[in-house]
Amino acid sequence: MITLSQYLVLGAVLFAIAVAGIFLNRRNLIVILMSIELMLLAVNMNFIAFSHFLGDTAGQVFVFFILTVAAAESAIGLAILITLFRNLRSIDVDDLDSLKG
Amino acid sequence: MTAQLAAFYVNAGILILAALRVITARNPVHAALWLVLAFFSAAGLWMLLYAEFLAVALVLVYVGAVMVLFLFVVMMLDINFDKLREGFLRHSLLAAAVGVLMALEMILVVGARTMAVPSPGAPPPGYSNTKQLGRLLYTDYVFPFELAAVVLLVAIVAAIALTLRRRKETRYQDPAEQLAATKAGRLRIVKDEPARGAPPAPEARSE
Repeated sequence: MITLSQYLVLGAVLFAIAVAGIFLNRRNLIVILMSIELMLLAVNMNFIAFSHFLGDTAGQVFVFFILTVAAAESAIGLAILITLFRNLRSIDVDDLDSLKG
Repeated sequence: MTAQLAAFYVNAGILILAALRVITARNPVHAALWLVLAFFSAAGLWMLLYAEFLAVALVLVYVGAVMVLFLFVVMMLDINFDKLREGFLRHSLLAAAVGVLMALEMILVVGARTMAVPSPGAPPPGYSNTKQLGRLLYTDYVFPFELAAVVLLVAIVAAIALTLRRRKETRYQDPAEQLAATKAGRLRIVKDEPARGAPPAPEARSE
């Protein structure tokens, strides 16, 4: 019998893996974008699990919106990445220091 | 029910394995392919939760569109990935510590006995997840739905505007200049004198 907590634990582990991925690949912009996708997947997993176990379809509507926004985010993120590569010939996060922040 | 439990553990195991390979893969192309596997397993898990529409949408939208976009970008750019991996081992201890700590904290909260809600079981026969979702989207959430469409439009325009560039060596048509062309500007009538003696050198053709 699958319970709600099993799905929530899976979502938590997935989210932690994604956070660790940002730490590990903190210079590689592409893998950071992929880690963000993993985080959004973990969040969506929680939404759908709650939606099923509480019998409320509204959670799935929110997953629908998150998928939409995530697709837009990755499209614009990759477009920025390409522009960045054209200007700097690099996607190293450490090279993005022109604002001296 | 045991078959469902087995399916859950198989999918969850593959999902976690694929996620770990995404963040540790040496080659970003491999990372993108492992991410595809992760999305597939997640779609299987969503099927187990009777969210059929979103499971199919995840495969179609994510595996079909977003991950292909990722692969395009990774393969298009000529990047020295070994340089980007400098400090990978140095950060791995911190990353593992933070990740394990976060996972443990969250498991302590969501893995508690009070969260072990049993599944309400399969929906009644004749129930359509897609119909239910559509009804909700077009009644209660119609305004956010329209906003989502606007977000997608903005994303299209922004992505094209960011990556569009005019190359110097490419030739473009200028319709205004083409329409403004008149006969006087393009045509010149040359009176040809009959040649006497040696013929003159042929004049270079004007465009």
